[in-house]
Amino acid sequence: MVSKRMFLAATTLAYGLALGAAMAAEPLSVMSFGGAYQEAQRKAVFNAYAEATGRPVSEQEYGGEIAKIKAMIDSGNTTLDVVDVDAPTLLQGCDEGIFEPIDWEKIGPKSEWLPGTTSDCGVGTIVYATILSYDEEKLANKPTKLADLFDLEKFPGKRGLWKNPATNLEFALLADGVAPDAVYETLSTPEGLDRAFAKLDTIKDQIVWWEAGAQAPQLLASGEVTLTTAWNGRIFNANKEGRKFGMVWDNQILDSNFWAIPKGAKDIEGSLAFIHFAVEPKILAATAKYIPYGPVRTTAAAEVAPEDARNLPTSPANLTTSLTLDNAFWADHGDEIRKRFTTWLSN
Amino acid sequence: MAQTMSLATPLSRPDLRAALRRAERPNRLRALALALPALLFLIVTFGAPIGLFLTTAVRNPEVRHILPQTVSTLDQWDGQGVPGEEAFAALAADLARAKENSTAAALGKRLNYESAGMRSRIMSVTRHLGSFADGPLAPQFIALDPAWADTELWAIIKRNGAPVTLYYLLTAVDLGQDATGGIGRVAADQAVFLDILGRTLWIAGLVTVATLLLGFPTAYVISLAPARVAGLMLLMVLLPLWTSLLVRTTAWVVLLQTDGVINQVLLALGLTTEKLQLMLTRFGTVTAMTHIQLPFTILPILSVMKSISEGQMRAARSLGAPPLAAFWRIYAPQTLPGVAAGCLMTFILSLGYYITPALVGGPRDQMVSNFIATYINRDLNWGMAAALACLLLVMTLSIYLAFLRIVGAERIKLG
Repeated sequence: MVSKRMFLAATTLAYGLALGAAMAAEPLSVMSFGGAYQEAQRKAVFNAYAEATGRPVSEQEYGGEIAKIKAMIDSGNTTLDVVDVDAPTLLQGCDEGIFEPIDWEKIGPKSEWLPGTTSDCGVGTIVYATILSYDEEKLANKPTKLADLFDLEKFPGKRGLWKNPATNLEFALLADGVAPDAVYETLSTPEGLDRAFAKLDTIKDQIVWWEAGAQAPQLLASGEVTLTTAWNGRIFNANKEGRKFGMVWDNQILDSNFWAIPKGAKDIEGSLAFIHFAVEPKILAATAKYIPYGPVRTTAAAEVAPEDARNLPTSPANLTTSLTLDNAFWADHGDEIRKRFTTWLSN
Repeated sequence: MAQTMSLATPLSRPDLRAALRRAERPNRLRALALALPALLFLIVTFGAPIGLFLTTAVRNPEVRHILPQTVSTLDQWDGQGVPGEEAFAALAADLARAKENSTAAALGKRLNYESAGMRSRIMSVTRHLGSFADGPLAPQFIALDPAWADTELWAIIKRNGAPVTLYYLLTAVDLGQDATGGIGRVAADQAVFLDILGRTLWIAGLVTVATLLLGFPTAYVISLAPARVAGLMLLMVLLPLWTSLLVRTTAWVVLLQTDGVINQVLLALGLTTEKLQLMLTRFGTVTAMTHIQLPFTILPILSVMKSISEGQMRAARSLGAPPLAAFWRIYAPQTLPGVAAGCLMTFILSLGYYITPALVGGPRDQMVSNFIATYINRDLNWGMAAALACLLLVMTLSIYLAFLRIVGAERIKLG
């Protein structure tokens, strides 16, 4: 309690000085994805920020449509100060110049961020993962590594996979023994791509494809599949509702969200100060209390309560063999690979 | 003079026809004037937008508008070897402007369709423009990415300087252009669309046959039933038609899923020992589509059947035809206009199915419309979506015309 109060006092002092009294009254406009995610941000970040700096946060919600941000910028009146965007949106927006460049001097040392979660125009905030999951009540012999997904002898039965080449080709190579940092290099070569498809061929007859995130836990619950890949938040929520689904963190594939500043934002210093606050290790760690998405800043991991850490993609024990999804790779090769994936599916 | 001529020689047929047409013209104009609001409405809200959208299948504005200098420089290039320094300089100037206008991403996306990796090549050069040293630019481009020394890459840029492109339409039929502009088949693992078109035709055909097999006897029974019973039966045919397509499809999901009604009944009756995979299969897709299309096949057949006099069958019997022969030789041929209309309607409607295969079908049952939707919503590749839509439209129209040819326009009776 004392430490929390001291921490708040310190930050209040820092931000109060930085912003000046006049600025402090003007609310900061932040847009995020709504739902449980934004609620967690409200509890962990927005309220703490208002308390620390006296500057309230006015919230907006969206569904991740880049068009909405673009339309606002094109109208010449950028009313938002900070937006939460997913990785493909950040990439596209960065390319199209709709985000302001980030002055990392004012945020923190980039080296503290997980690989792939820093950008010229975005600051990584949380990480979610695609993982292997199973029903603990139905499997006596528990899978422990990703390669078990492809082991039909030890784990007979159907497998649930996301109907999308992204993550599946990566999983195939990882299970085939490719090191995480060599996955995209391998996938860029025709032989590597063949190798990934060949590995998927070995379980093709046993695959049940899911498309919406909610389907994966349903497939497990109904017993339709023995193993499935799934988004960790979905499995976490199913467990909160009484299921006992196990999560295999080996070779998890990470993807992240970012804070970004839309082009033409009125108070860029204020926006940067907010982002700096929002990615403070303590603040980031607090988010994990409300939603099982991990902080991307490695220094935040230590601040997470141990009982929450177990469920986070970013807790050090879960991170040892992880791979970060390369959205630039998919922007370049997605068209071609998706076509091949489609032909592969129908053969 | 003309009058004496017409009295002396009978009017030849074309003259008579022309005279008739002249006489009817005011009437036709009046009819047209009455239909004009509906026509205008259709043109403005339906014809024109579709026509405009379909032109995106050949429109190719990106390279021409974003790289004007490069395109005009490459006009002089003979396509042999790497273009000279002036091409690199023009590209650098164009990209500098693209950076200012934030159009580099659109250019990269367009070129990436033709050659994977072009997006990041364009973006990377655009980002590095500021750090290029004075002096020749070509070596600096090539140092950044050796692909800039690739003849094919420049050939792609040159080819796409044209205001129209065949790329989307060719891709929609699994063809592609090589560096020299020659047209050939794409690699086997990229050839998706002919397969999907064939699948679309096959599923539509299966559904048409299934609705005919189920619909013809149903229509026959309704046409023979007493008026009150027939009314009730007709209501049961029509009722599903008044229910939303999405609702009917979702109802089939409830029936077909692994833990669904059908499986539970089969298990309870001991007809199967394990649950059958009915969802996400071709069987499920065709079943659900058949159910949805049934009224469209039944109604035209029924309307024709009702117009066939019962006396004809009796006459055939009294002349010695056995019941089946009387049915096949006297009755069935007369239902043909209705059968043709019903089958045509179901076949054409089935070609455009989207929701049902998406929800009930597996990856092998997705039809052309599902891919059009993906290209529009997720990939934002409207050129490809328009090309596939063109193909579907051409296919549908040619089937329709072929059908008219074979069956004869006057023999189709749409209700």
